[in-house]
Amino acid sequence: MLDSLHTLEVVRRKTFVSRWGTGAVLVAVVGWLAVTVVTSPNLDWVVVGEYFLSTPIIEGIGTTLLLTFATLGIGLVLGAALAMMRQSRNPVAGAAAAGYIWFFRGVPLVVQIVFWFNLALLFPTLGFAETNAVITPLLAAMLGLGLHEAAYLAEIIRGGFLAVPRGQVDAALTIGMTRAQATRVIVLPQSVRVILPALGNQFILILKGTSLVSVIGGGDLMTRAQQVYGQNYQVIALLLVATGWYLILVTIAGIGQRFLERWAAA
Amino acid sequence: MSGGLRLRGLRKSYGDLQVLRGVDLDVEPGEVVCVIGPSGSGKSTLLRCANHLEPLDAGFVQVDDVLVGYEPRDGRLHESSERDIARARLRMGMVFQQFNLFSHLTALRNITLGPTRVLRRDPTEVEREARDLLARVGLAGHADKLPAQLSGGQQQRVAIARALAMKPAVLLFDEPTSALDPELVGEVLAVMRGLAEQGMTMVVVTHEIGFAADVADTVVFMDDGVVVESGPAERVLRYPESERTAGFLAHVRRHPEKETDHA
Repeated sequence: MLDSLHTLEVVRRKTFVSRWGTGAVLVAVVGWLAVTVVTSPNLDWVVVGEYFLSTPIIEGIGTTLLLTFATLGIGLVLGAALAMMRQSRNPVAGAAAAGYIWFFRGVPLVVQIVFWFNLALLFPTLGFAETNAVITPLLAAMLGLGLHEAAYLAEIIRGGFLAVPRGQVDAALTIGMTRAQATRVIVLPQSVRVILPALGNQFILILKGTSLVSVIGGGDLMTRAQQVYGQNYQVIALLLVATGWYLILVTIAGIGQRFLERWAAA
Repeated sequence: MSGGLRLRGLRKSYGDLQVLRGVDLDVEPGEVVCVIGPSGSGKSTLLRCANHLEPLDAGFVQVDDVLVGYEPRDGRLHESSERDIARARLRMGMVFQQFNLFSHLTALRNITLGPTRVLRRDPTEVEREARDLLARVGLAGHADKLPAQLSGGQQQRVAIARALAMKPAVLLFDEPTSALDPELVGEVLAVMRGLAEQGMTMVVVTHEIGFAADVADTVVFMDDGVVVESGPAERVLRYPESERTAGFLAHVRRHPEKETDHA
């Protein structure tokens, strides 16, 4: 019996039928949903087309991008500082950084944004000027987003630091660097490779998170879409405009992330 | 007496574990000292304490008549500022078991980083010196390679060049060949032998008894956190006075590969 087995033809198990079965069900469900939405009499595609490239929406995208990059900038600078403080041998600096992260990560982002917007209620003047003249909705939005993001980025950057072997710092110290120098010149650049994938993810979260500033009229894409549908009542059409733009921006960010990671790996 | 490296009464504990229990060591300018002993005897900790990578519990380190890491004030030794510690460390170069080359920098940049960033010297002059150093350790053609592109032996030779670039008074070697494949040990030892012949002051923690016999002026045997025996290399290695030294040497000669394998 065994002698003759090698002469037999090999036949793969048939998954064909079941694969097509599940596939067909999926296509049917998704297709039905799409057709229902697209052909709904309550959704006016002409309005979607009309507003997709309109001035308020384009301006809103500008503000969304400005907020995203400002948040990333504030978050990175402050986050790196916090990460270094947590690493430092000074217990006060370490505790201060840990406290910051605890607080700003623990309080919901919307609460923080609304708080900065209403800072005048706590401090009517800021020494040199009226608080409300300084804290514009845009600045309140930047502060709320940036300070919140710094707490997350601090932890991500600290994780990157921990991934750098201790011997790298030893070597830096033996060529006469101080600990702070070693962190800046040796540890920080080496941790970038570890941090970058998480950073790309964070960028996308920030980009979408900027829509929360609509609660204070921050002027971003979501704010502008709301303002438009507040006047013409085309809520779904304008939410679709915003959805389309967010997806376009996130897709571009994803492509950028892949290029950055390839560059860092090289 | 002036110059050289003096370690006096070094004590260091990690929790309940006493790693150094009062170690004295004198290294004269131009002298090569090999420190041997079983693993866990405190040899590596001795080097790490010597350049203040680990703070001491008691005792002091002096290099070129400069106190390392501490300054005497009102009857006590106070730990110096980061900046002063860093400056005192400049007098000592260190070569690690795991090489510890900066993994994001080329071989050349590994060597030039200290002189340019720390000593703020002229980059063109530093680069010329660095290329000379690479040639001296036999790696002239490898200047632009990253550490990951070099073999262990080549990485360790770059690490030696990096230490030399700072023109230290003393070079400390922490088991420089223990992490190397056997066929790569020779090339690193050859470079170290060359340095010794040119009069470099060296403290070498090693399991290479053959190297110690050939190159060292003085051999120090450490066990259990103390110096058990030290003296001229030939005397200590051939006619050890202590039974513990004799036992260790016999063991290493019987199982050379075992003593070089572990970390």
